[in-house]
Amino acid sequence: MARIAGVDLPNHKRVDIALTYIYGIGRKLSAKILEEANVEPGIRVKDLSDDELVRIQKEVEKYPVEGELRAQVSQNIKRLISIGCYRGMRHRQGLPVRGQRTRTNARTRKGPRRTAGAKRGR
Amino acid sequence: MGRSTKKGPYVDSRLRERIEELNRKGEKRVIKTWCRACVIIPEMVGHTIAVHNGKKHIPVYITEQMVGHKLGEFAPTRTFKGHGSPTERSTALR
Repeated sequence: MARIAGVDLPNHKRVDIALTYIYGIGRKLSAKILEEANVEPGIRVKDLSDDELVRIQKEVEKYPVEGELRAQVSQNIKRLISIGCYRGMRHRQGLPVRGQRTRTNARTRKGPRRTAGAKRGR
Repeated sequence: MGRSTKKGPYVDSRLRERIEELNRKGEKRVIKTWCRACVIIPEMVGHTIAVHNGKKHIPVYITEQMVGHKLGEFAPTRTFKGHGSPTERSTALR
């Protein structure tokens, strides 16, 4: 029932893994946080002492995480769009931004295929 | 890989001279340029630079937020007019 940075409460997992359930924390940052907070990464979340939890919480607060991070990201994208640069245009069109091919693939950005083929008869 | 910090951002020397000259005189004039790879520096803010897109010069008004981007990012080289609409033949019953 550990609550860090809002709604995240993964239990019975190792702390280093559990922390990655927070948006903005990966394996690398998780390891760094635990190192700084002086907490053994191998302990399960349920076995954490209250003191350890507080130390982790303090450490997590130093990084943009969850809502704050999401706001930052979307603000960056809005900036690109508003200045009318190439990357902003690609964001607006929902196409890949970093020069990937679009003749095939690029389905993550483009969404499901919309084929314009012949209609099938009855 | 990024550019070495030792060199600083790439700024076309001829363009920079012309911008600085305009700043000295306090003038505002459209400058035509072909150097799309040139980084926008704070001195350029407020000027209008006509950036070549391969065919003609696209006037770009430089704002503060554009600093650090390159001139070419604001003059698209491709025009996409959309795909054709479905015709009788292409959607015929099979």
